[in-house]
Amino acid sequence: MSIEGALRYYLGTGIGKGVLRFERLRNEWRLRHRAPKTSSPFSPPLSTSPWLKELISRHYLTGRYADAHRKVAWVTSGAPVEFLKALGYYLLYPENHGAVCGIRRRGEELCQAAEEAGYSRDICSYARTDLGSLLSGRTPVGRLPKPDLLLCCTNICQTVLFWYRVLAAHFRVPLVIIDTPFIYSTAPAHAVDFVQRQLELGVETAERVAGRSIDPAELERVTRRSREAVELWMRVLERARHVPAPITAFDEFIHMGPIVEMRGDRATVDYYRALLATLDLRIARGTGALKQERIRLIWDNLPIWYRMRGLSELLARHGATLVASTYTNAWGELAALIDPSDPMRSAARVYLHPILNRGTGHKLDTIQRLATDYAAHGVILHSDRSCKPYSVGQMDQRERLSARGIPALLLEADHNDPRAFADEQAENRIQAFLEMIPS
Amino acid sequence: MNAAGIGVDAGSTVVKACAVTAAGSRIWQHVELTEPRLEEQARRIAALAREQAGAAPLVATGYGRKLVAGAERAITEITCHARGVFAELGSGGTVVDIGGQDSKVISVGADGSVRNFAMNDKCAAGTGRFLEVTAARLRLAVEEIGAMALAAAEEVPISSTCAVFAESEIVSLIARGAALEAIVRGLHRSLVARLASLVRSLGIVEPVALSGGVARNPAIAAFLAEALGCEVKLPEAPQLMGAYGAALLALD
Repeated sequence: MSIEGALRYYLGTGIGKGVLRFERLRNEWRLRHRAPKTSSPFSPPLSTSPWLKELISRHYLTGRYADAHRKVAWVTSGAPVEFLKALGYYLLYPENHGAVCGIRRRGEELCQAAEEAGYSRDICSYARTDLGSLLSGRTPVGRLPKPDLLLCCTNICQTVLFWYRVLAAHFRVPLVIIDTPFIYSTAPAHAVDFVQRQLELGVETAERVAGRSIDPAELERVTRRSREAVELWMRVLERARHVPAPITAFDEFIHMGPIVEMRGDRATVDYYRALLATLDLRIARGTGALKQERIRLIWDNLPIWYRMRGLSELLARHGATLVASTYTNAWGELAALIDPSDPMRSAARVYLHPILNRGTGHKLDTIQRLATDYAAHGVILHSDRSCKPYSVGQMDQRERLSARGIPALLLEADHNDPRAFADEQAENRIQAFLEMIPS
Repeated sequence: MNAAGIGVDAGSTVVKACAVTAAGSRIWQHVELTEPRLEEQARRIAALAREQAGAAPLVATGYGRKLVAGAERAITEITCHARGVFAELGSGGTVVDIGGQDSKVISVGADGSVRNFAMNDKCAAGTGRFLEVTAARLRLAVEEIGAMALAAAEEVPISSTCAVFAESEIVSLIARGAALEAIVRGLHRSLVARLASLVRSLGIVEPVALSGGVARNPAIAAFLAEALGCEVKLPEAPQLMGAYGAALLALD
């Protein structure tokens, strides 16, 4: 790392952070002074939204200059990142970058760029977006830093294994693989041992790349902040149990950025604490995210990033909204397993238990529990062409939920590739489903 | 006439309209092919309904439901077909609606409400379009192929449920000298196989009834009954069930 690199890093991020802070203050002022739209079915945006925007923009801004001065790791969304944070790595999540591309409607062109290079359309659209961005050099966030290390954990799918091998060959950097055996209920001790051993080997590689040893006190601090953020995130989600819900799953899909990308950071803890206070204020005032909430729904699977607004407005026209989702819940439900006093063992346990690494029966129980806890009238099961591990079993889940008196709709789409989504048919299904729910 | 409710079903292939009395009996109906300028067409048909049947609340349904000016409500075909068939047959059960562009299987409760439904995927398999495309390839009128399929002495299996693949399968069957009647019978069997799996995915609750324009094809009801192993009922005017249901919903 050169002096010139350090200068570029501190100058670039310093000026950028100043600009972002100015934008946040301006947006906050506008939010306070702008007259709310009376025709909108939604309440005004959450007052912390400009802060969230600053937080996420700052993360990508840092990324732009990161490889000039810091070690960079690209990681999967469910990867155990605390040891990398403790070693001072800047972390980039290609899946989150994929979601940003999806929201900004850039998913299709980047998927096509990957397809032109020979990647099949049957591959996950996050992987295609990422590889397409890599090959074409196009990204809506300015620039992505080159990785010094790749960390791939198979607790979300097997696609990541092949995706990261492609990245390793492309960047010629070490790849750490954490293989998490599939579990049905709770992980047996030998599975935890197996993952812990891989983590220890991963730490050795990360130390070698970083050129320094891990400080156990720092690892404990990062793990404690991770736990704090995850607990706060869970409390944020649980506020939507209130009728009317002060926050919807559509809001949560955006607000989950920090818990995925900046788990273990002080700023993430501060942000969720402020968000929680805002939601409590809404509850005290009886303000719902939707002005007239009539139908409460649970969402299963990833969001349809490029149609979030359209879907949210379509539901709102019928007085419906999403009050919880298995997806946002996945980043909160494991808080109790995180033990800062034993970071490696607890990481092995935590990262074995995500919803996608467990049996479909567990997912069914989770959906049913959410439906009860959040007083939901029905469930939308997004059958995601790109995410097979999340979508497998949904036919049976729909039937079993219906048999238990919870209406469920199977909605075919894709989280990042709009070519696999038919607006008119989706709208027809959703409207028919809402007509079916007695109110 | 003294209509109490009007329903307009602006479908992808055909626009249907219907008016009912306060007691729910059909007193007026109108059917015409969907025109490219659907908005204008819907306005004209709504005016026609009011002129000929009397002014009454109007409910729109079908893919063009949002384009029907002056409609009190726009309700999906799923809810409307369920309501129409329920009123016609007097009981709940399973409604199989085969439309021009999509097919739906609807589970109807004892009170006429929709309990559950399943639709075809984003393709023409299992819909009227499948028959239109394949009949056109054989240079046959879509109205005559049902009777032809029933009368055929032989049948050749068509493995494709996809309209595009079925078309190329037909080309190779013709090249091999297969009889036209046998191909037509095979095509119907293929369409019904797709529908039957859609019905089974929802669970068969008898009675099973057909609705939608394609239900007028006699081979569909016969083959579906065979595939499901139960009787398949046919309303008097299957094509009108969506508009009829919409008109009944306008009474609420």
